[in-house]
Amino acid sequence: MKNRYTISVFTEDRVGLLNRVTIIFTRRKINIESIAASESEVENVHRYTIVITETEDLVKKAVLQLEKQVEIIKAVYHLDEDIVYQEIALYKVPTDVLVAGKEAEKIVRAHYARVLSVESNFTVLEKTGHKEETQALFDELEPFGILEFVRSGRIAITKPMKTLTSIVEEMENHTK
Amino acid sequence: MRTEVVVNKTKVALTQENRILTGAQAVVQAIIDEGSDLMFGYPGGAIMPVYDALYDVEDQLTHILTRHEQGAVHAAQGYARATGKVGICLATSGPGATNLITGIADAQIDSTPLVCITGQVHSHLLGSDAFQETDVIGISMPITKWNFQVTRAEEIPSAIAKAFYIARSGRPGPVLVDITKDAQFGSLEYVYKPFEGMRSYQPKPKLDLSAVRSAAQLINSAKKPLVLFGQGVILSNAEQEFKQFIEKSGIPSAWTIMGLSALDSDHYLNVGMLGMHGNYAPNKLTNECDVLIAVGMRFDDRVTGDLSRYAKQAKIIHIEIDPAEIDKNVKTDVAVLGDAKEALLELTEVIQLRDHSGWLKDFRNLESEEYDTVIREELNPSLDELTMGEVIQAINEKTNGDAIIVTDVGQHQMVSCRYAKFKKSKSFITSGGLGTMGFCLPAAIGAKMGQPLREVIAVIGDGGFQMTIQELGTIFQTKTPVKIVVLNNEFLGMVRQWQELFFEKRYASTTMVNPDFQTIVKGYGIEARKVTRREDLNSAVGEMIRHEGAYFLEVMVGKENNVFPMIETGASVSEIRLK
Ligand SMILES: Cc1ncc(C[n+]2csc(CCOP(=O)(O)OP(=O)(O)O)c2C)c(N)n1
Repeated sequence: MKNRYTISVFTEDRVGLLNRVTIIFTRRKINIESIAASESEVENVHRYTIVITETEDLVKKAVLQLEKQVEIIKAVYHLDEDIVYQEIALYKVPTDVLVAGKEAEKIVRAHYARVLSVESNFTVLEKTGHKEETQALFDELEPFGILEFVRSGRIAITKPMKTLTSIVEEMENHTK
Repeated sequence: MRTEVVVNKTKVALTQENRILTGAQAVVQAIIDEGSDLMFGYPGGAIMPVYDALYDVEDQLTHILTRHEQGAVHAAQGYARATGKVGICLATSGPGATNLITGIADAQIDSTPLVCITGQVHSHLLGSDAFQETDVIGISMPITKWNFQVTRAEEIPSAIAKAFYIARSGRPGPVLVDITKDAQFGSLEYVYKPFEGMRSYQPKPKLDLSAVRSAAQLINSAKKPLVLFGQGVILSNAEQEFKQFIEKSGIPSAWTIMGLSALDSDHYLNVGMLGMHGNYAPNKLTNECDVLIAVGMRFDDRVTGDLSRYAKQAKIIHIEIDPAEIDKNVKTDVAVLGDAKEALLELTEVIQLRDHSGWLKDFRNLESEEYDTVIREELNPSLDELTMGEVIQAINEKTNGDAIIVTDVGQHQMVSCRYAKFKKSKSFITSGGLGTMGFCLPAAIGAKMGQPLREVIAVIGDGGFQMTIQELGTIFQTKTPVKIVVLNNEFLGMVRQWQELFFEKRYASTTMVNPDFQTIVKGYGIEARKVTRREDLNSAVGEMIRHEGAYFLEVMVGKENNVFPMIETGASVSEIRLK
């Protein structure tokens, strides 16, 4: 059975590693639904957060292939219930429709969207939340005409308590 | 006097530690400092500074000029496989680098330690589609264990040290270091420090003794255990430990083609070859054993056939260094992660002495069935046409099983695996995982250079011979005494066999109209002979072995002979057919 999994990949800070990471997925024709790259809490350790929908068996194999890469420190996968995750979406909508009726304002309020910028011809709204939530706002705004829309990749914090610092320390000791 | 000595010492130390070298000199010096004295390659614009630096150290580091970069990389592979050391090859940017790709892919899938060094355009030109610029880092990423682009001279010593370390440690593999021309021209203060490891790469998993004990429990209570072994035994130098393990446990043992020669061919527990054209008994009985112990092998599809009907009745123990191989193809009951040598040593300690001669007899019975239906006719044919098997048998007899056999890909490869006899490890070199035609001739050159005192025999089909035939030039120039046996069936034999069996004998593009190989080979100054009749075979093979230099023996074999037994694609191992 396929499920949505979030894979966190911790790597050394090196040019070209993202390519090595994505190759593992493209080789098996696994579609990457979203990917986010950033630093981690440990100096010189980068992290990628990758979302895919696959069977656990395949996810496990991909994660082992990831860890096999020389400059990847650790890769882990989680189901949605084992992580706290978030995405951010930005919406560019015509300012006049927001001003014209009550409807648009109601929607913005109901979704707790933030107004980031108001210009004479467009307004930028921001909503953070799960994809379902940012999508819901999108669907409601759509009739008013969305000029531009963008959603970030998922970022996630894992619920299990083992820290990256302790993992890195263990690996460093093993190398000594 | 005393002060002078001290002064001298500091002087030496100074020159060693603070030498100013060019990047190109550093490349060469780092290779020497890694303990290597041989490399293969082909020059060109972007790597010329390194070639220039080689000119000064010819007495310490020999460079073999092949006739094509593919030849260089396969030669480096042959060298690595015959010696257990890291093979090195050198090429220029663009086409030089892309010509290495097949060999790198081959080394990756067959876990061969290689350091490939490529020249690259000047760093300010990177990404601009400059002359002979190819993104070789991008191209080689999926087929290297690690790769790295050097753009500054001072990165060179550490990059080369890291490259060697990664190539040979853990599960070995090819690495590629791409060096821009300006980095080769730049200068640096040369200090060589061997690489000592990094947190993100753990080459040897720590052996889990509780897994060893669980494995021992299964083994001790097994009634019909079967061992499958692969190249992992050879790569971890575990041949002795392996033998002790099977002798104490009394378990019949079968090999993958990458594991061939790790165990003497005539060892009483050696039950033969696994897989598509392997022996009847080990394939059949894979589906009857109760415990299957896989040692340093990866359950390739050519070995397992249909996975859904593979050893389902058995408990599976997998001794393996690479965590990504566990459960990749076959679900294990006990995974023993670690180096084969260490794992087998521990395991042999805790298993009980056993005798499985009853079960072993089942193998011998099926073996005689295979002998009657397949082997007798292959080795002592009733027809006039020569078979590939009788050529291999003649080689066995004349070399006493002491030679290194290198093969290409096709029918002759399968026949060599099936009938060649070995007494020593690292004696069989073939392109297993990738099945690269053209591998053999250059790989044999590399093997002979790595093991100059051993007889090296290249067994090739008439098709594959022509894929890297240009390396005859390398043999000629270097006077490398390899023995070349071309088994000429005037067909792309293995493909023709499939056309016969599965495509109604529609022989599309598999007939070969060949040139006169004798003339070609003689043009390269190589002694050559052609055999068409059985009565000449033994004397010709004898002459080839006695001959001091390189020798070419062409044997005309039956045009439409097939290799059997065979497990058809999609069939189960137990459905192996004898004819
Ligand atoms: C580079 C490459 N191209 C194509 C193939 C597919 N292939 C596998 S075996 C074979 C025929 C080999 O013919 P030959 O070298 O004459 O050896 P034989 O099978 O007759 O012993 C071919 C074309 C391959 N393995 N490698």
